[in-house]
Amino acid sequence: MNAPLTHKDFTTSQEVRWCPGCGDYAILRVVTKTLAEIGATRENTAFVSGIGCSSRFPYYVESYGFHTIHGRAPAVATGLKLTNPELDVWVVTGDGDGLSIGGNHLLHALRRNVDLNILLFNNEIYGLTKGQYSPTSRVGTRSPSSPGGSTDMPLVPGQFAIGAGSKFYARAIDTDKVGLGEVLKASHAHKGASMIEIYQNCIVYNDNVFGGFTDKENVKDSQIKLVHGEPMVFGAEQNKGLAFDIKTMAITVVDANKHADEILVHDETNKVIAQLLIGMPRPQFPVALGVIFHQPADPFDKTYYNNHVSGMKRTGNIKDVLRKTTTWKVD
Amino acid sequence: MTSKTELESVVIRLAGDSGDGMQLMGSQFVATTAKLGNDFATFPDYPAEIRAPVGTTFGVSAYQVNLGSVSITTAGDEPHVLVAFNPAALKVNLAIIAKGATILLNSDAFSSRNLTKAGYTEDPRTSGELDGYNVVEADIGRLTLEAVKELGLSKSDGGRCKNLWALGLLLWMFDRDIKMVSEWVSNKFAKKEVIRDANLAALQAGHIYGEASEISAYVTPIAVKAATFPPGEYRSIMGAEALALGLAAAAEKADRKMMFCGYPITPASALLHRLSQLGELGVGTFQAEDEIAAVCSAIGAAFGGAIGVTASSGPGIALKAEAIGLAVNTELPLIIVNAQRGGPSTGLPTKTEQSDLYQAVYGRNGDTPIPVVATRSPGDCFYVAIEAVRIALRHMTPVIILTDGYLQNAAEPWEIPDVDAIEPIATNDAPARDEDVERQQQAFTRNPDTGGRPWISPGTLDLMHRVGGIEKDIVTGHISYDGENHSAMSDLRANKVKSVADFIPLQELEMGETKGRLLVIGWGSTYGPIYQAVKAVRETGADVSYVHLTYIQPFCKNLGDIINGFDQVMVPEMNMGQLNTLLKDRFSIDPISVTQVTGQPFRISNLKKKITAALKAMQPGEAA
Ligand code: SF4
Repeated sequence: MNAPLTHKDFTTSQEVRWCPGCGDYAILRVVTKTLAEIGATRENTAFVSGIGCSSRFPYYVESYGFHTIHGRAPAVATGLKLTNPELDVWVVTGDGDGLSIGGNHLLHALRRNVDLNILLFNNEIYGLTKGQYSPTSRVGTRSPSSPGGSTDMPLVPGQFAIGAGSKFYARAIDTDKVGLGEVLKASHAHKGASMIEIYQNCIVYNDNVFGGFTDKENVKDSQIKLVHGEPMVFGAEQNKGLAFDIKTMAITVVDANKHADEILVHDETNKVIAQLLIGMPRPQFPVALGVIFHQPADPFDKTYYNNHVSGMKRTGNIKDVLRKTTTWKVD
Repeated sequence: MTSKTELESVVIRLAGDSGDGMQLMGSQFVATTAKLGNDFATFPDYPAEIRAPVGTTFGVSAYQVNLGSVSITTAGDEPHVLVAFNPAALKVNLAIIAKGATILLNSDAFSSRNLTKAGYTEDPRTSGELDGYNVVEADIGRLTLEAVKELGLSKSDGGRCKNLWALGLLLWMFDRDIKMVSEWVSNKFAKKEVIRDANLAALQAGHIYGEASEISAYVTPIAVKAATFPPGEYRSIMGAEALALGLAAAAEKADRKMMFCGYPITPASALLHRLSQLGELGVGTFQAEDEIAAVCSAIGAAFGGAIGVTASSGPGIALKAEAIGLAVNTELPLIIVNAQRGGPSTGLPTKTEQSDLYQAVYGRNGDTPIPVVATRSPGDCFYVAIEAVRIALRHMTPVIILTDGYLQNAAEPWEIPDVDAIEPIATNDAPARDEDVERQQQAFTRNPDTGGRPWISPGTLDLMHRVGGIEKDIVTGHISYDGENHSAMSDLRANKVKSVADFIPLQELEMGETKGRLLVIGWGSTYGPIYQAVKAVRETGADVSYVHLTYIQPFCKNLGDIINGFDQVMVPEMNMGQLNTLLKDRFSIDPISVTQVTGQPFRISNLKKKITAALKAMQPGEAA
């Protein structure tokens, strides 16, 4: 028996070409480490990406990889997974690639529930094309294509995912090794389309856009790590909690010590609460991290094979099929 | 029965509202034709609207069949028999039928309202417009209702049987019994007894009407003897069916799964429907969210080791262009079927054209050559599909199959091939790991003769590698932005496509001598009319030869030699002269371009005229 693989075994000879300090480096390290930890094999793992900074990812992972074209990774990955459901297929995309040019494919991959682990690197900007605002950029983002500040409303990736029918949505931060590692493992364990939104810092074009909740001094009060079955408590002193106000049908922040009985317990199968958690406005609320929504269902690749007459096997032959109609002989 | 007329061949056209069931009536008539051993060719000609307003000229759906005891290669120039279900159907078809043709009119549809809707100010039955035709009238609607009245159907349900009534009469007109159609009806409606009985009653009533009514005073039944076919086992086949079966046969011959990824579009959807029924042959079908996803998932399937196939028509192929380039760059096999239709943009979705040749040959960004092959007849689709897969797997390249709306829906009798005699299809299987080079390099170590790289799919032990759309180093397979390398890779891609010519057969002459005055070069579905036209002109002793291309990119190696043997070349095609441009470019010749973009197939008679005129122009003074 061979020695178990380490993150080094999942690293290619290619020189990594992201900008120094880019959040992608941290993500790459956690991903290769996680692959080793979950016992993935290199030959049965495939990374499929679109176009953008994040989409260079497959070149750096020693597995099978496909750097496709802009926005189309979910479609290529769907064809691959349908052809060989034994594979572990990971999709790497960004906010521009996955939510703008490729929004349709992402929507349908999630809706169909193809067993793909989709990593959406959200840096709220177009990096590779030099800094234009993206579909997740906040209103007022100044960029070469929006010198006066962008005016269009940003998309909320988690709400998009759940709206599209995704059965798994988790959120993590590039530099949070533990949190990211945990959701990667949960995503891998989930059979079906799982979407992980990773807040990724683009040091060149949108530096510190997530500083409000990633700067060290803010972390405790501005983040809440959700754990299935655990109460939603946060804050430096663990003194704040999230509750549901039935009158306003909204989430509220309450004093954890005074209102302990009102604090919500995280139920990852609850879609309604998931949507509210995803949409909590900053800075009044903390940003929700971890597995926010998870509702198991049969993946498409499984139902596809179950419904196929022969489970995609060749049970008949063309000779007979050619004759499955009226035939006549001429002597 | 009264006496009968024997004919060598006859062209029948059935026309009515798109809801009248013309296509069904036509295909059932053809089924009996096949059984009786006639040769035939069909042409379903239907409107873009599924249910256009009743009685309008733009809602007319038609089905044409040419049947004969002689060899038939087209659906026929001029119908000898027209069945018109309403005034609109008469109006749009009168211009194209033969002088003296028999016209069967559904007279109770000739109300003043319907006449107005069709744009008639005067009833054509009395205006003299139909003088010279053999007009037969029957109250098909009323007679159908009478035939089914015992069954207690609603008026609209009963009325729906009128195509079966007309079919009964048509069968009588062609000296056939109703046994085969009766069996078909009984099977089709086995679970809906009332509908079954009504259709059977209508069919029988129509047939008896021919025998019993005064109609026999005007019409003599027409008998067409069985054609002489070479010995063998036959079936009827439609283009879309043949293409689906050919693709599945190729998968069997290559011993790979096939994954067809499509998106609904007319007239390519027929292929998706057909392949969906071939699951037992290891064929999977996937209806993607759009054209781009369809080609991309087929590419994903190819990366996964299956034969990836996608199909569309011009507008959809345009959307797929970027991804086809990706398949070129990643050196993956892929089959792209284009069932051409009239363009530009949405154009004429249900009308046939050959105007996507430029798109197939040139329509991508960058220098991105790919092999292109074309189908000539419904049955030929089977062989071309196999050939396309063979090229794709041998050279690890996407291949475009050009077919068209006409061929997809047309049917003909077809000799069932001996599958065992078809060569297995070789694949560039994954090599053993060579520890002296990087895995990435192994994945891009190509066969020097074909340019094909090993087809290594995820799941293969110890040959992990990355593919992508960025230019790669010609040796290592890693990303490379080097200019010299890009130049070498561009040559490599061009040479790969050129190398296809080393493996395909030489161009054959369809008819005529290898040297002479005029060479007609055709491609695609124009085969039938060109064949008949050249044949007819040759029978007058004229010096004309004929070549029909299956391989368009690259051309067969000897095509230039053949062309050089002639004084002049003529290129008839259903576009504005696209193959003509290609030939000009490759062989520095100046052919006579014969074009037609009316949405209808060429007429033999028109082509005959063009050929004769060309010959005449070449040697002024000589009698043609
Ligand atoms: S541009 Fe931004 S996202 Fe792209 S590599 Fe540089 S830092 Fe990273």
